Amino acid sequence: MTDQAYNFAYLDEQTKRMIRRALLKAVAIPGYQVPFASREMPMPYGWGTGGVQVTAACLTPDDVLKVIDQGADDTTNAVSIRKFFQRTAGVEVTQSTALASVIQTRHRIPETALSAGQILVYQVPIPEPLRFLEPRETETRKMHELEEYGLMHVKLYEDIARHGQIATSYAYPVKVEGRYVMDPSPIPKFDNPKLSGSAALQLFGAGREQRIYALPPFTDVVSLDFDDHPFTPTKANHDCDLCGASASYLDEVIIDDQGSRMFVCSDTDFCETRREMGHVGRLGTPSNKGAQA
Amino acid sequence: MYVAVKGGERAIDAAHAWLAEERRGDLSVAEMSIAQIRNQLRLAVNRVMAEGSLFDPDLAALAIKQSRGDLIEAVFLIRAYRTTLPRFGATQPIDTAQMACIRRISATFKDLPGGQILGPTFDYTHRLLDFKLAAEGQLPPQAAPTAPPVRASMPHVTGLLDQDDLIQPEVDAGLAPPDLTRSPMELPAARALRLQALARGDEGFVLSMAYSTQRGYGRTHAFVGELRIGMVRVSMEIPELGFAVEIGEIEVTECETVNQFKGSKTEPPQFTRGYGLTLGQNERKSIAMSLVDRALRWRELGEDWSGAPAQDEEFVLMHADNVQATGFLEHIKLPHYVDFQSELEMVRKLRAEARAYKEAAE
Repeated sequence: MTDQAYNFAYLDEQTKRMIRRALLKAVAIPGYQVPFASREMPMPYGWGTGGVQVTAACLTPDDVLKVIDQGADDTTNAVSIRKFFQRTAGVEVTQSTALASVIQTRHRIPETALSAGQILVYQVPIPEPLRFLEPRETETRKMHELEEYGLMHVKLYEDIARHGQIATSYAYPVKVEGRYVMDPSPIPKFDNPKLSGSAALQLFGAGREQRIYALPPFTDVVSLDFDDHPFTPTKANHDCDLCGASASYLDEVIIDDQGSRMFVCSDTDFCETRREMGHVGRLGTPSNKGAQA
Repeated sequence: MYVAVKGGERAIDAAHAWLAEERRGDLSVAEMSIAQIRNQLRLAVNRVMAEGSLFDPDLAALAIKQSRGDLIEAVFLIRAYRTTLPRFGATQPIDTAQMACIRRISATFKDLPGGQILGPTFDYTHRLLDFKLAAEGQLPPQAAPTAPPVRASMPHVTGLLDQDDLIQPEVDAGLAPPDLTRSPMELPAARALRLQALARGDEGFVLSMAYSTQRGYGRTHAFVGELRIGMVRVSMEIPELGFAVEIGEIEVTECETVNQFKGSKTEPPQFTRGYGLTLGQNERKSIAMSLVDRALRWRELGEDWSGAPAQDEEFVLMHADNVQATGFLEHIKLPHYVDFQSELEMVRKLRAEARAYKEAAE
């Protein structure tokens, strides 16, 4: 079968319309999980089928797409999804956060601040922030309806009682516009502050769980905490060994049999841009592009 | 060094090329044809069609070939193809009373109108390896004896019980059945939706759920009232014509169980029903499906909630789909460096604090 056998961006127009309706509803009720008739996609559930469907419903031929996984453009699944849209939509792709109009991500928010007109699409495994406190969908929907979030606060309190602090380091729950408690997808809590007041439209797609939710631009998003235990974003206490950045989220890489470590920006575009600008970290070498410039 | 964890694109291409090579295997061995799979691995084809929710033996055979015999992977290929197909409309309900049966048995009556037809079954074979099959290209099997079709129409056993009010009647609610491939699953689910989910559900999962009811977790005392396998006609109303036209035939397996019901002071005892229907010859699946269907009807039939997994609609329906399950299970092999890094920081911090606390105490 040739690629011409598929519609632009794979999904048929009826399906896109159904997804767009769910997206509009999601934008109208920030943080609320809208059920949608998720389709089987040609990649497995858990690989980003929700994000791919949302991206497919948003893409136009003029869009410039960036796909990242763990912050990086060159991780295997990011490569695979980018190729999928190159093949089925023929859109221009980029690794630059600033140049992209649509960014699909798994587990990270880019370091570079997003701007108006950009869309950030998150891949979501479990959209329900209350799921691990209450496994039943019928129950958790009721809890959201009644704004009954006591269970979540008890869980956070128990963390403090046991560990002296809230021991959730990623997929850290947030409250949206003072109403819905929302799962921000498994981004490190370091990224949570970027959810709030972003100029970009943030869309969340959970394919297997058939849910879409959204944060329209400039939505107020607060990470749950207590007055005496305020939320604190954390990262490895190092600078990037390639570009020297001190405030970006870092991946830890084991570099020899003795267990030596190096720390590098998880956002590859951010790191490379800095190196091109002449920044050099502890183990980095000056960028060729930077030297020529 | 750092470069080693990157470079996904070339690795993916190479992995796909290796996979294609492995799929074909030793080139000195003849390649399997789609027709061979369709004809000689027919029960595998049937399972892929049933769980893929698409009646197309050729495509199912192709999917099995492409997936190297991994049937869940084959189901996935079929589902991903099926979802792109345009919907022209819905066919009329199939009439299984008009089935051209290759197999029809009842465990509740020794004989009945239409008779018992064993058909091609493993049931009474001795499970001894037949080493003659290992010697390929030998004589074809002896032709099986044939008999003329017994009758055109085969009445349902439950219909016979229904005539005497011995079994709980089924009323057509007149509602269009929902379709979970076109609208998100909503709970509580109507019975039609539950049956759709079970018909697509993983055979192993549905089997285990059914088995658990037999072992006491939501017991329903099921008898196989009838199991029938055969071809049924598929008709569709064509709006321009104003009448229904036969557009083809499909093979299905239908199972109806007859289950006990104690009755109450106001309602005299009456048997109750479970129902299973699958594409192709798939009798284990359709029997299991009818047991689980019956267990899920506890509320409607005024039974007690015993907390058994098979009674729990949300539990059963949310976990029956093997394409969903396998996807989510296997996705944990995808990179999770970012999350793991944040956990590493958290554990280090907690350990450092615990150590400081201990030292301060000493």
